[in-house]
Amino acid sequence: MSDTLQPARPTGRFTLFPRLSGVALSGLAIAVFLMAFLILPVMQVIYVAFLDSRSGALTLQNFQDFFSTNLFRESFVNSFYVSAMSVVFATIIALPLAYITTRFTFAGAAIIQSLGFIPLIMPPFVGAVAMTLLFGRNGSLNLLLDQYFGVKIPFMEGLNGVIFVQSLHYFPFILINLSASLRNIDRSMEEAAQNLGASGLRLFRRIVFPLAMPGYLAGAALVFIKVFDDLGTPLLLNVNTMLAPQAYLRITGVGINDPMGYVISFILVAFSVFALWVSFLFMRGKDYATVQKGGGGLAKRDLSRREKAVAWGVILFILALVLSPHFGLLLLAFGTIWSFSPLPDGFTLQHFGTVFTQSSQYIWNTILYAGSAAVIDVILGTAIAYIVLRSGLVGRKWLDYMATAALAVPGVVLGIGYLRMFHGVELPFGLGQMSGFWGLIIVALAVRRLPYALRACMAALQQVALSLEEAAESLGATKSSTIRRIVVPLMTGGILAGFVTSFATAAVELSATIMLVGRSSDAPLAYGIYLFMQSPSGRGAGAALGILAVVIVAIGTYLSQRIIEKDRNRRAAAPGADH
Amino acid sequence: MEKTGIRIEDLHLSFGDTTVLAGINMEILPGEFFAFLGPSGSGKSTLLRAIAGFGPPPRGRILIGDRDIADLPPWKRNVGMVFQSYALWPHLSVRQNVAFGLEERRLPKRMIDPKVDAALELVGLLHLAERMPAQLSGGQQQRVALARTIAIEPQVLLLDEPLSNLDAALRVQMRRELLSLQRKLGLTTIFVTHDQEEANTTSDRMAILDGGVIQQIGTPQELYDTPANGFVAGFLGTANVLKGQVRDGHFETMGGSRLPLAHPRPGADRIVLRPQNVTLGPAGGEGIAGTVSHREFLGSSIRYLVDTADGQIIVDTLHSAGQPGQDRGAAVSLRVDSLNAPLLV
Ligand SMILES: Nc1ncnc2c1ncn2[C@@H]1O[C@H](COP(=O)(O)OP(=O)(O)O)[C@@H](O)[C@H]1O
Ligand SMILES: [Mg+2]
Repeated sequence: MSDTLQPARPTGRFTLFPRLSGVALSGLAIAVFLMAFLILPVMQVIYVAFLDSRSGALTLQNFQDFFSTNLFRESFVNSFYVSAMSVVFATIIALPLAYITTRFTFAGAAIIQSLGFIPLIMPPFVGAVAMTLLFGRNGSLNLLLDQYFGVKIPFMEGLNGVIFVQSLHYFPFILINLSASLRNIDRSMEEAAQNLGASGLRLFRRIVFPLAMPGYLAGAALVFIKVFDDLGTPLLLNVNTMLAPQAYLRITGVGINDPMGYVISFILVAFSVFALWVSFLFMRGKDYATVQKGGGGLAKRDLSRREKAVAWGVILFILALVLSPHFGLLLLAFGTIWSFSPLPDGFTLQHFGTVFTQSSQYIWNTILYAGSAAVIDVILGTAIAYIVLRSGLVGRKWLDYMATAALAVPGVVLGIGYLRMFHGVELPFGLGQMSGFWGLIIVALAVRRLPYALRACMAALQQVALSLEEAAESLGATKSSTIRRIVVPLMTGGILAGFVTSFATAAVELSATIMLVGRSSDAPLAYGIYLFMQSPSGRGAGAALGILAVVIVAIGTYLSQRIIEKDRNRRAAAPGADH
Repeated sequence: MEKTGIRIEDLHLSFGDTTVLAGINMEILPGEFFAFLGPSGSGKSTLLRAIAGFGPPPRGRILIGDRDIADLPPWKRNVGMVFQSYALWPHLSVRQNVAFGLEERRLPKRMIDPKVDAALELVGLLHLAERMPAQLSGGQQQRVALARTIAIEPQVLLLDEPLSNLDAALRVQMRRELLSLQRKLGLTTIFVTHDQEEANTTSDRMAILDGGVIQQIGTPQELYDTPANGFVAGFLGTANVLKGQVRDGHFETMGGSRLPLAHPRPGADRIVLRPQNVTLGPAGGEGIAGTVSHREFLGSSIRYLVDTADGQIIVDTLHSAGQPGQDRGAAVSLRVDSLNAPLLV
């Protein structure tokens, strides 16, 4: 057990300055990369927010300007309001689902489980326009309501639309965290409370609620910040009075030197850091801490016939809501004209034809960008994991911290940082301006996905018992030979899973991409969807692209699940781990 | 194969601020089967791993033959180590596992194959060469680990609790096989265990460790018969340690008994009495008077705990059918064969 903690033995004993080994060189190279493409750009954005754009002196003037401008004050309040309301609605959706699965034996549990990831395979901006067609003022639902009841409900009006789309997309974060903590409440705790005389509501209030709270809050903090930082959804719904869209519009419209974009960036980063810190705080040490042997969740009971009907009703209603963006997207992609009618006039494959014949560069660019980003991620992830977990390199933890810091950097902010930092930098070989170079999109995607790939690689390496490496070394294999022949092959499953997740999520990234696309011939899928969706005539093709994106993400998610499972099975059959 | 000895000189090792090995000195003879025996946490694995080149760098010298290896990385030491967990690589077949070390030595393939076959043959697993480790039983995995290590023809063989993951019956069989293999190869071997029976039955000599310090080195019989201190006496077998002093060729216990000595050792203040060297007699007889406070029937013998003026004394009597023995509460007298009993200073 304890052997696994200790760093590998340095080769020489009396060297004050160990010669730069391969490990140290790789560590240095990674640190330089993260500095150049994550830390410095973000630092610069923050710095500029405090800079007087004329005199170059440090100042708080920009913040004063920001808060004394109506538009920005409104955007700030709107962002806050939309994020908070999204949390509320996501909670309203997630709560009954979590409650039903954890407290009752219920045949629909499998549906609830799939409800936990179906939304996540489609980025919210992809379905946003389709949602307007279903739920907008002249959308299918309101046309029907108007026809039969003479009323219209403003589901998609202004901020409502953002809240609606976001809460449908992000409620799984709350569902997963909440169900996990409910499941982790040990039955014996419930029984002990009952034994001491608490039951019903009191039991819930005094035992279940406090124990489930940390998981809920962690999920809620994540939802809040995802919505707060998101650029794509408000842009596609044409809601500009929020922070992220304002940052985007200022930088792309007014110019790279306008301080307001930087002020907004600072606010976004500050909120992200705070929310992540909160969620980390609540989750720390909470994993399975309350599960005692033989326990496993609250006591489950069967539902009565009536309760069952209610439960099914609730679940099917939520399922319909959750699937509506997907459904709407399908209608858009296969429909001919869809306007002022509940359903499209007719169906066609023409949009896919358009996409494949005229816009196939989006697909190829996506495969190139997301693929390269994922390759970079698994290489960096494997290297960082090895350095952190296995080497004695000084400051190795900082590689992990730096890479993970990307979690707290919204895509818009990274995009602005790159534009600012690489503005006017001329690339060799006739590649032109660095800030317009498509390679920068790959780097941005890689940096944004690195935290996830890194976790996958770390988990994979932790599965490799240290004695497997020591055995190789004692049989004559050098460090590098051991890495090549033992460590990397044994990490394959985790590395592949990391690759696929990075690829699938990078393929639908919009916020950093949208700032970095120089020419539309360099644009990936997500940007293509955004462009198409700008005009009513392009929506069909945009939706067709959206379908392709969903298929890519779904296949990716499925593959990575399969790989992880297969890997786990292989390990289960493998010989005993460590001492 | 040429036999090589191991010498360890003044070895110190610590994890951060915790000293785990303090001044280890020992010499292991060429071809010897040598055991490190001690309670859990006494530093056995740490010492073995230091010889193999793992763990924090120690102070001191480690010589294999006359080569100081303390500064070499593990892969240059030519020390074969078998891990407690076997550490077979799950993604490689049995053959690939065994060939690994030979490949790292850049041997041509035509030389590797026969060596792998020979190693597998030696442990009786040639027929399973194409299997994956996960398809083998625990005992078979253990043999593959052994074959993988001896295939590289190491100068010394290090085994860290190699039998602890096997079930009891297999453990006895494997330790015999291990010993005969070692004899056949003449390989200088260090065997780490916390099980005294394992150490006693296999090793030529052994070192008893406690708290990172060597308590005593010798053959199993030497250590049992003449323990250097109370720890060794108590760790190897069961010991009754009585306090007192040596006077006039006798050991006078605190409780007032006089036990005759063949080799009185001046200054000794404790005597070690093994349970089988004490016999129970009827009350009032010669010897130490006492009362039976516990009785445990062990099959081949009966163990009595007897309260005496010198404290509780453990007595083992051989059992044969039809003999009822003494009951709890019976008053008895203990006759002691003390002539050659070890004395401690
Ligand atoms: N990686 C480590 N870090 C800190 N202390 C350790 C480490 N490994 C072992 N130790 C300590 O060293 C001592 C000896 O351990 P070990 O050699 O494994 O004992 P043994 O093999 O005799 O059971 C123990 O007290 C243990 O806690
Ligand atoms: Mg040990």
